[in-house]
Amino acid sequence: MADPHLPQEAEVVERIQESPTIFTLRLRFTDPARHAAFRFAPGQFNMLYLYGVGEVAISIVSDPEDPQLFDHTIRVVGRVTRGLAQLKTGDRLGVRGPYGRGWPLALAQDRDVMIVTGGLGCAPVVSVINYVIRRRERFRRLVIMQGVKHSDDLIWRSQYSRWSKQPDTQVLVAADVGATLWPWHVGHVTELFGKVEMDFPRAVVMMCGPEGMMQVAVDHLLERGVREDSLHLSMERSMNCAVGLCGHCQYGGKFVCQDGPVFSYSEVKPLFGIRGF
Amino acid sequence: MEAGFLPRAAFQRLLDALHEAGYRCIGPQLRDNAVVYDTLARVGQLPQGVRDRQTPGSYRIEKTDQPRFFAWANGPQALKPFLFAPREPLWRSQRAADNAIRFAEVSPPPEPLAVIGVRACDLSALRLQDRHFLEGNFADSRYAARRENLFLVAVHCSHPADTCFCASTGDGPRAEQGFDLALNELDDGYLVQTGSDRGRGIAAQLPLSPATDAQRRLADSEIGNAAQQQTRHLPSRNLRDALFASLAHPRWEEVGGRCLSCGNCTSVCPTCFCHSEADETALDGGHSIHARQWDSCFTQGHSYIHGMTLRSETRMRYRQWLTHKLGSWHEQYGRSGCVGCGRCIAWCPVGIDITEEAVAICGGEANG
Repeated sequence: MADPHLPQEAEVVERIQESPTIFTLRLRFTDPARHAAFRFAPGQFNMLYLYGVGEVAISIVSDPEDPQLFDHTIRVVGRVTRGLAQLKTGDRLGVRGPYGRGWPLALAQDRDVMIVTGGLGCAPVVSVINYVIRRRERFRRLVIMQGVKHSDDLIWRSQYSRWSKQPDTQVLVAADVGATLWPWHVGHVTELFGKVEMDFPRAVVMMCGPEGMMQVAVDHLLERGVREDSLHLSMERSMNCAVGLCGHCQYGGKFVCQDGPVFSYSEVKPLFGIRGF
Repeated sequence: MEAGFLPRAAFQRLLDALHEAGYRCIGPQLRDNAVVYDTLARVGQLPQGVRDRQTPGSYRIEKTDQPRFFAWANGPQALKPFLFAPREPLWRSQRAADNAIRFAEVSPPPEPLAVIGVRACDLSALRLQDRHFLEGNFADSRYAARRENLFLVAVHCSHPADTCFCASTGDGPRAEQGFDLALNELDDGYLVQTGSDRGRGIAAQLPLSPATDAQRRLADSEIGNAAQQQTRHLPSRNLRDALFASLAHPRWEEVGGRCLSCGNCTSVCPTCFCHSEADETALDGGHSIHARQWDSCFTQGHSYIHGMTLRSETRMRYRQWLTHKLGSWHEQYGRSGCVGCGRCIAWCPVGIDITEEAVAICGGEANG
């Protein structure tokens, strides 16, 4: 029986500093056969292992059809991510995955797609945005909503400008605190729902970010006619094993690492927003 | 299937047959004033004439002049640590001179173990641990290897403690399945029952005589009495909906005020499976061992996620434990996660009683 716990070695091919606290590692497995066999879906995650320190669950942000590299965009928040931030081109780390259930891209085909993110939780959904933009003909209208605390926190700023110029695409960005030359809204992103133009009852919504923000967004969207099973959220919980054994990520009867991290709102609704779960 | 009667004086023959078949025997013995399970070489190590007294927050041993080896209810642990190791390395990483990292699985070959004196509640718990560790998307290879090399000698329970409630959860006191051999203990010996080919192989080596009807009737009545003596019970219906409909019940706050969040209950629980993983790096930095060890939903770290603890208050941790054990288990494993062993009641330092809390929150008939 192959050991699902065992990482494999990967190499940092490129490192990009996205903001003072956010960086992207572009990786390749050092074993070419392993690299060639590696397949993932947007919304899935890997366990990244920093030698001698430990593992952390990080979503995969690159395109699933890129055969060269896979990317992880990481914010420095704890012991492992602080160490991962020190890695340079050529450095090695351990990777195992991919794990979990990703975004419902098949469900979204031929329908309006809305992406909502808040805080710095944008990385998991950027993979979806890029996925849709590169396969634009498969989807109908694309609406991107992104909220950040401070305008400086918005990474990939040029991409948002570029996306906003795409046909049949609406980009709504908000920062709680703006700055000079900030072209977008100042305030909460949830204040912008009135501006969204979309076929709400047929739209598929994918969101990621702080649960308080997602709850407000869910309320707005349900009011406008989005179906509960068309609303999808990426949940975050403590993860140690990522294979449904260690018990840390339990959310009621679900294991976020296996049954999620992407859930439809109807699946998480009974516990959503209740402190302590 | 009934194999016959084994006189107590011949009990060592069972250990010898298991030793000869290549098993290390594990069995109950008295240590630090508790019945614990450890390597058993000789029949003289068994806790003869030992009786336990268990109440909420209390476990006491008394000596009697009874000849029996198994006239007590379960101590703090029995089977779980032998399959789901309290602490074990998973893999080792090594830093090579060229900066490369090499990973190697750490899995010592499993040792065949024969556990003597497994109770019905623990066989039910084992079935649940099997479902968790073997029947999900990813089977745990270490657990699987130990499980395949396990021989189980059950002993039907005839002396439940005040804290036991296996009759109400449907898990005891009779061991119904999942054993290789099962024994009814009587004053002069054992009715031996086989449950597998391996069990039949061992039974064939024992000096068994045909059992008598009187012995069978006595054995059955002892098990029947063991069920009737139990005064605690858990509501037998599925409590999932009742628990999740009561998440704002004031009892959570009240029990959270008594609970010390020590995690004793999850350590002694035969079905709790949570564990954490951590690296232990050599002082020279040359290699690192990635190990797992038992964790508890009562710890601060269990719900830690990037800078915050989701279950910062004790009431939330108790609620997580109870709603999972008696509620979400139905979704995950098709039944409640409680097998009625009562350990969490006896080993709770402040004597919190899961059966009382369940009734206070979900309603139903109180103990009595």
